[in-house]
Amino acid sequence: MKYVEEFRRHDLAQQLATAIRREVDPDRHYRLMEFCGGHTHAIFRYGVQNLMPANVSFVHGPGCPVCVLPIARIDHAIQLAQQEDVILCTYADLLRVPASGRKSLLRIKAEGADVRMVYSTQDALRIAHENPDREVVFFAIGFETTTPPTAVAIKQAQNMGLKNFSVFCNHVLTPAAIQNILESPELREMGAVSIDGFFGPSHVSSIIGSQPYEFFAEEFQKPVVIAGFEPLDVMQSALMLIRQLNEGRHEVENEYTRVVTREGNRKAQRLVAEVMELRRYFEWRGLGRVPYSALRVKPSFAEFDAEQRFDVPTIQASDIKGCECPRILRGVKKPTDCKLFGTVCTPENPMGSCMVSSEGACAAYWSYGRFRKSGTEQESVA
Amino acid sequence: MTMSPKRFSVRLNTRDGAVDMTHGSGGRAMAQLIEALFVKHFDNDLLRQANDQAAFDVSGGRMVMSTDGHVISPLFFPGGDIGSLSVHGTINDVAMSGARPLYLAAGFILEEGLPLADLEKIVISMGQAARAANVPIVTGDTKVVEKGKADGVFITTTGVGMVPEGVNISGDRARPGDVILVNGSMGDHGVAIMSSRENLQFETTIESDSAALHSLVAEMVMAVPGIHCLRDPTRGGLATTLNELAQQSRVGMNLYETRIPIKPAVNAACELLGLDPLYVANEGKLVCICAQENAQRLLDVMQAHPLGRQAAIIGDVVEDPHGFVQMQTSFGGSRVVDWLTGEQLPRIC
Repeated sequence: MKYVEEFRRHDLAQQLATAIRREVDPDRHYRLMEFCGGHTHAIFRYGVQNLMPANVSFVHGPGCPVCVLPIARIDHAIQLAQQEDVILCTYADLLRVPASGRKSLLRIKAEGADVRMVYSTQDALRIAHENPDREVVFFAIGFETTTPPTAVAIKQAQNMGLKNFSVFCNHVLTPAAIQNILESPELREMGAVSIDGFFGPSHVSSIIGSQPYEFFAEEFQKPVVIAGFEPLDVMQSALMLIRQLNEGRHEVENEYTRVVTREGNRKAQRLVAEVMELRRYFEWRGLGRVPYSALRVKPSFAEFDAEQRFDVPTIQASDIKGCECPRILRGVKKPTDCKLFGTVCTPENPMGSCMVSSEGACAAYWSYGRFRKSGTEQESVA
Repeated sequence: MTMSPKRFSVRLNTRDGAVDMTHGSGGRAMAQLIEALFVKHFDNDLLRQANDQAAFDVSGGRMVMSTDGHVISPLFFPGGDIGSLSVHGTINDVAMSGARPLYLAAGFILEEGLPLADLEKIVISMGQAARAANVPIVTGDTKVVEKGKADGVFITTTGVGMVPEGVNISGDRARPGDVILVNGSMGDHGVAIMSSRENLQFETTIESDSAALHSLVAEMVMAVPGIHCLRDPTRGGLATTLNELAQQSRVGMNLYETRIPIKPAVNAACELLGLDPLYVANEGKLVCICAQENAQRLLDVMQAHPLGRQAAIIGDVVEDPHGFVQMQTSFGGSRVVDWLTGEQLPRIC
C-alpha cells in the first residue's frame, strides 16, 4: 500500500531502535506522553514498546475523544435520543459507552430509540434530508480534527434549508487539555509522576499547526515533537524527544512535516471560527472542569444547536466507583493499576470509557498488550 | 403427489410481482411459489417427491449435522448473493469436520413486498451453488412475514454429511508444536460487503470469496487423515477463530504477520475504514491445524487445489495456560491478537 507501508518498514524500525539505544542515557528514565489515542493504538498494534530500551516508557494521555467525554454528556445524548421524533446519529465508538443507570446508546437503541451509526456528518445530513418530519441530531465529538466537518455540516444544513438538523456539540480543544495536565497538582507539587516530553498530536496539528504548543514547551520546559500516527513516526519522534532531553532542550519540533505546518489549516480554522465559539469551561472526564477547553455552536447558528433546540435539563452524573479512568487519562496511573481492569471491566463489558474506544489506554492494554510471561503475572508492557 | 405447472391458471409473475402474505398461507399461492421457484431451480428426485421431509439411506459411520442462518445485507454483493452464501456456508460448516456433505435443507423467511424477481435470482443462485457442489437441497420451508418484520429474505440452511473413517477433527485437538495453515487471503468477503453497503459505497475490485470448501477438504483429509482442527474463519475473522481454537484446545498460538496472505486492496480498504483485516469475515477460507510433520504435505495439497493456491503456513501452536494468540508484527514488534470485541460490521452473513 503506497504511502503507508513505507512508514511500517521492519528494516527502518530496526535502524531506529539501534539509534535510540545508542542515544539513551542508561542512568536516567524517559517518560514520554503520547497525547493522542492514535499514537497509543499504533504503539500497541505494531508492538513499538518491544523495540524500545527498558528505560523509555510511554505514558498514555487523554487524547481519546470518547474517553474524555463525561458520563453526563452521554446521559444528555440519551435524553435527546429518547425525545419523540428524534433520530440520533453517532459515531460507532459512542454506542457502547456506559452511561448512568447502566444505560448506553446501544441499550436504548435496543429498547426502541432511533439511534443510528454514521461514518460522517454527511450521512447525518442525508438522513435529515430523507426524514423531513423527524428531528435529526448529530452527536458531535472529537478534537480539532473532527470539528471542521461538523462546522461544514452546519453550514451545509443552512444552505440546504434543512429545518430538522441539529448538532449536539462536544468538540474539545487539545492545547487546553495539555496545559491542564501540566498544571495538575500531581505533576506540579506532589512530584508523584513526571512526564519528560510529549508526542504532539498528528491530525489535530494538521488543523491547528505546531505553533500552539510553543507556549507549553517554553512555560513548562518540556519538549514537544509533533508525531505522525505510523509506527516509524512514533519511533523517529521518540528519538527526537530523547535527543532534546539529553541536550537539555525544550522545543517544539515537527516530525510530521509531510502534513503539519506551523500555521496549520487556516481555511479550516476560519470555518470553525465562523460557526463555533469557545465555552467558558467544559467538563472532561479525568481532568474535571477545564476553562476554555471546548466549543459550542454560535448563537447566530442557534437553530442547529441541539442544546438550544431541545429542552434538556443539566445533568449531574458521577463516574463509576473504583474506575481509575480519570487518573489513567492524566497519566498518573496505568490501566493495570485499576482494580476493575480485566476483572469486571473488559471490552465486552466496559465500566469506564478508556475500555470502550480502541484508542483508549485500557482497551489497548487489554487487546494488544496483556500477554504475560508463562505462569507469572508480569506484564510485558510498560 | 406430483406437481405440474398446468395446475395454475396464471404464471408466477417473476417480472414485476412481489411476495405477498398468500405466498406463506399454505394455499395455492404458496404451492405455486414452491413449484415455480424452489422445485424448478433446486430440482432433484428427493425434492420432487414433495413430502414434508426427505428420506434417504446412509451407510454406517459418523454423521455430522450443522445449521446456519443467513441475514446478510445487502442481498446481492460482489462475488455472490444470499442464496449462494447460504449453500456455501452450511456446506463449509459440515466440511469442517472432515465430512463429505450429502444433503441440504433450506428454510426461507420472506418479507412481504420482496420482488419475486429478486427471490428468483436468489433461488437460481442457490440451485446453481448446490448443483456445482453436488450437494442437493432436498427439503425446505417457506414463511412470509409482514412488511417491516424482516429485511427482504432470511435463509436458514441445514446440512448433513458423513465423516470418513479414521478422521477425527475437532477444535480441542490443537497441540503445542502443531502448525497453523490457511488456504488463502483473509478479509475478502467482509470488504466486498462493506463496499456495497449503502452508506459506505467505495469502489473496489474485491469480490467475496464465498465458496464451498468440501472438495478442498476432501483432498486434505485424504492426504492427511490425522488433521487436528479445521474451521472456517467467518464472522470475527481469522483472529476470532484462532482464539476460539486456542481456548478449546487450551493452548497458545504464535502468528507471523508477514506470512498471513492479505490482498493489497483489502489492506487498503481496511486502512481507510479503520478495520483490522484479521477481524474481517471470510466465506471461502479455512484454518487448518496439523502436526508439524504433516504441514508441508498439506500445504502442497492445498496449493494444488483451485481454492488453496494462496495457502500458507502462518504460525504455530505453543504451550500457554492463558490461551493467548500472539503475533510477531511485520514491523518487528509483537502483540496479542485478541477476540473481536463488539461488532466490526453487522449482518455480514
